[in-house]
Amino acid sequence: MKNKSLVSINDFSPEEHIRILELAGIFENRPKQRILEDYVIATLFFEPSTRTRLSFESAATRLGAQVIGFSDATSSSVRKGESLRDTILTVSNYCDLIVMRHPREGSARFASEVARVPIINAGDGANQHPTQTLLDMYSIRKTQGSLDNLNIAFVGDLKYGRTVHSLVMALCHYNTTFHLVSPLELKLPSAVKLHIKERNLTYHQYTDLQEVIPTVDILYMTRIQKERFSDPLDYEKVKMAYVLQNSMLINAKPNLRILHPLPRVNEITTDVDDNPKAYYFTQALNGVFIRQALLAAILGVVD
Amino acid sequence: MEKTELRKELKVSAIENGTVIDHIPSQSVFQVIRILNLTNYHNQLLTGTNLDSNKMGKKGIIKVSNKFFESDEINKIALVAPSATLIIIRNFQVVEKRKVEIPDQVEKIVKCFNPNCITNNEEVPTRFEVIDKKELKLRCHYCEKITARNTISFRE
Repeated sequence: MKNKSLVSINDFSPEEHIRILELAGIFENRPKQRILEDYVIATLFFEPSTRTRLSFESAATRLGAQVIGFSDATSSSVRKGESLRDTILTVSNYCDLIVMRHPREGSARFASEVARVPIINAGDGANQHPTQTLLDMYSIRKTQGSLDNLNIAFVGDLKYGRTVHSLVMALCHYNTTFHLVSPLELKLPSAVKLHIKERNLTYHQYTDLQEVIPTVDILYMTRIQKERFSDPLDYEKVKMAYVLQNSMLINAKPNLRILHPLPRVNEITTDVDDNPKAYYFTQALNGVFIRQALLAAILGVVD
Repeated sequence: MEKTELRKELKVSAIENGTVIDHIPSQSVFQVIRILNLTNYHNQLLTGTNLDSNKMGKKGIIKVSNKFFESDEINKIALVAPSATLIIIRNFQVVEKRKVEIPDQVEKIVKCFNPNCITNNEEVPTRFEVIDKKELKLRCHYCEKITARNTISFRE
């Protein structure tokens, strides 16, 4: 993986995904290792994303690297009208690796073609956010002991949620049974369903959240955004139907864990937070270990 | 009968050497000229639109003197004129006739339909992988979205 950019989850093979998960496990056991002392990491956030940026910067700092960069485009040369190409070419001179978030889809792929250093995509518009996918995989593997043969439910906005699409694609290598819970307006796109079918895997579609809870190992919750509905009345009709409350978990399997990419708004009520099945905040912590693993692997300080 | 056929053919006069692109949908003739970069061609270029055709009802035709295209180049036009026939002429004689084929990769000419794609917001040449030739579906190398027959448009 040395010097390889990570733009899309498919840029790394399933074997490489597993290697990153293994490395993340090593960093979880020993998070502070000064193995990147000689390196400079640039975090270029052309749109703000505090959570993702802090997670990357925490990962880099824990490994001893120096971090440079900007946290939103208004404070950078972009405001003066500099092209993405010029920004990337220039910053390439100052660092060993670029972490980039940008509002345009495809910006990270383009940057990886221009840059002289590897790029890690921290989100390009609605397209890809591969480090989220890897930390989701890490969280599933850690809580279930393995990625193989699991029943995984995806709940909420399955149409526009990029984290859902990437995770579904990545899990297709592990004989997953997919349970897709969404309002009719926000069903998983047919291209993603086709991908599941092509791998000879099964998916079930539901509109009722309660129905799926007793059968699954993972409940992956997402937020339903009001602006996705052309008719506000349709939103009002469904918004309460995909809210997870603690009382709904009575018949859940003991190994069930609840995941959410965060930020949460109201789709999981706060009374779930104290339930041992709630895993979303630990999931966010796992993001640091995954990013440590990626930085170390791509810079070539671990194999 | 032969006479009428002859008269129809002669509406666009013959060329001595070069390439004839026949059976183009009439409305695509000027697009084909643009795709093949012939707008500033410094040699004879003859075109006709809305000519009678047994096969198509109405058709367009382009005759380019002293020009022989590489397959990669000519196949680009299959995106707008999948029905087109290529005829290579030497000494007023037809020496080769074949259909155009939709290529596996399409570069530069097609616009990504996604307004938020980097190629529509910065100076980036477009690149697509043709994932379905029959339905004409192109996957953008950058934003990974699918531009399909009903959303396809061309860069100026």
